Amino acid sequence: MASRSTEAGQGLRMIAPPLLYAVLMLAIPLLTILTFSFINDGYQTVIWEFTLENYAEVWADPIFRALMLRSLGVAVLVTLATVVLAFPVAYFLSFVVPPRRKAMWIFLITIPFWTSYLIRVFLWKVILGYNGVINSGLKSLGLIEQPLSFLLYNTGSIVVTLAHAYAPFAILPIYVALERIDRSLLEAGRDLGESRLMTFWRVTLPLAMPGVLAAVLIVFIPTMGDYVTPTLIGGGKIPMVANLIQKQMLAVDNKPLGSAIAVTAMVIVTLLAGLFLLLNRRFLRVRT
Amino acid sequence: MTARNPSPAPVPKSGPARDEQGRPTPIGSRRAMIECRDVHKYYGDYHALRGIDLTIREAEFFSLLGPSGCGKTTLLRTIAGFEDISSGVVLIDGRDMAKVPANARPTNMVFQSYAIFPHLTVAQNVAFGLRRDPRSRAEKAAAVDEALAMVGLKGYGARAAHALSGGQRQRVALARALILKPKVLLLDEPLSALDRKMREQMQVELIKLQRQVGITFVLVTHDQEEALVMSDRIAVMFEGEIAQLSYPEELYSRPVSRRVADFIGMMNFMPVRILGETDAGVRVEVPGFGEFDIPAANVSRADPGDPGPSVGFRPEAVTILYRDAPAPHRETPGIIEEVVYYGDMTYYDVRLDGAERPVRISMRNVFGRDIQDLGTRTRVSWSPGSLILFR
Repeated sequence: MASRSTEAGQGLRMIAPPLLYAVLMLAIPLLTILTFSFINDGYQTVIWEFTLENYAEVWADPIFRALMLRSLGVAVLVTLATVVLAFPVAYFLSFVVPPRRKAMWIFLITIPFWTSYLIRVFLWKVILGYNGVINSGLKSLGLIEQPLSFLLYNTGSIVVTLAHAYAPFAILPIYVALERIDRSLLEAGRDLGESRLMTFWRVTLPLAMPGVLAAVLIVFIPTMGDYVTPTLIGGGKIPMVANLIQKQMLAVDNKPLGSAIAVTAMVIVTLLAGLFLLLNRRFLRVRT
Repeated sequence: MTARNPSPAPVPKSGPARDEQGRPTPIGSRRAMIECRDVHKYYGDYHALRGIDLTIREAEFFSLLGPSGCGKTTLLRTIAGFEDISSGVVLIDGRDMAKVPANARPTNMVFQSYAIFPHLTVAQNVAFGLRRDPRSRAEKAAAVDEALAMVGLKGYGARAAHALSGGQRQRVALARALILKPKVLLLDEPLSALDRKMREQMQVELIKLQRQVGITFVLVTHDQEEALVMSDRIAVMFEGEIAQLSYPEELYSRPVSRRVADFIGMMNFMPVRILGETDAGVRVEVPGFGEFDIPAANVSRADPGDPGPSVGFRPEAVTILYRDAPAPHRETPGIIEEVVYYGDMTYYDVRLDGAERPVRISMRNVFGRDIQDLGTRTRVSWSPGSLILFR
């Protein structure tokens, strides 16, 4: 008994720092938001009574519905673009780059992370803007008279910016999945009569799916709640759900309603992610 | 050492390489299935295959045997089409394979790692190569069941491939290849990942399977015992070249060089002084055996790295004489310096009088024959015909 309790104590001491971190940084803020979402709003304060009115308001609000749908739409587009573009890069990295150069390539891919997310997003404004790189370039080539105004401040530019920002998050998990594929499986596919393309379709792709699924979730979840890009690249004209939460929390100072929106959005994303994993569970069962 | 004969395989009534009565035809009379003509392969500066010439015949169980790095796997992979050859010709069933990619060759491979697709079930693995087969779904399913039954995995179709044991994976790999009825089945060290008991069982099963399907099997192995047990013929390879291509019994009893002799089984080597050529062969003097003639047929090549000429003999090629039994040929006295008991066999290290180092002699443990003690004076019976001269 004594030795067991010592063991438990040892284990507790070992996990204490991450546990403390998780409680302080994740559990307490989440619980605060959850609590706020169930109480009433008063002027510049909150009234401590339990209520479900906030949620009723969220579900009845057409603006929430519109922004939630837009956020989902943008996240789906960004995820699709990111994963589709990341796959060839990851494939190249895994199958074409010689082993001794791989570390260098991974290093190069992570270079964009050396600058802050905010600056990377802002750079797209410089590229796409009214007097930006693309417009001045086209103008100096004589291809256009007036700057193109449709480059910035729309959903397309938000998608481009986010897809770029999250590219390494998609490349790395797919790369890891591809690296884990036993190369003799691909030879076996060829040996059993399939072309390179069909071998890719029947062997490489299904075995890379755990990486693709990870990439989808890693990109989808944060882009869904992105706040910076709609503000800067969307110019405030195309708010997403995070902007709505910010507005309720800070501008309108309705913390309970803001919290209810946040919790609702979180539940929707969780359900979608769960459904997505459920639909793809056959790819996750594979072990080598 | 403990090579045993597999129990007789069921004899098919007809099929390739059999006559009207269902008897197998001699290997040498069968038509060629794989022909390699002066095949060279370079990896950059490294010369992996140095002029391979060989003919593997229909329904033959052929082994490529050699130490790691000798080029045996490279040769197998060039036949499969996974490696391009630098020069030379590879023909399969008379057809030049130069421009034929791996997926269009009439060969199938059992990989060393078995390469079972982990995302598919056993049945889906076996059916992998049947995608473009024109048969109906039901007919294909029946073919898969039949293939699984053939390798002893009846009823395993619905299992997940990643949950199989090593031996089961190998059977799936075999079924997956054989269901396509290839002209040649290539096996890349298929037994090396199995434990000893499983390996010996699979050796027997592979031989039976090969006799049953009548397909040419080409096996790559570094295990000389495995090659001797399983093969119709064996090519021994060193450093990208074929050192000797022959039947197992000839390879064992008549190795062309000291290196081949050393690689296949155990052989005692003794220094020799060559006195000259005679009508009977070569006159030699061997410390312990004295002066005698080795028949010309027993003269093999010494390799460049050898420490001069030597004579060699297998542990069973000479015998220890018991009590006052008369020697059938010649006899030499000696002293037993080591006894190693193996159950069915006993190995004795005997130092012949006048020899510098002991030689190893194996004796079958038959009923009524005692195990000799260490330090016993004994007599060894031998004949010049059981010795091979490497010069």
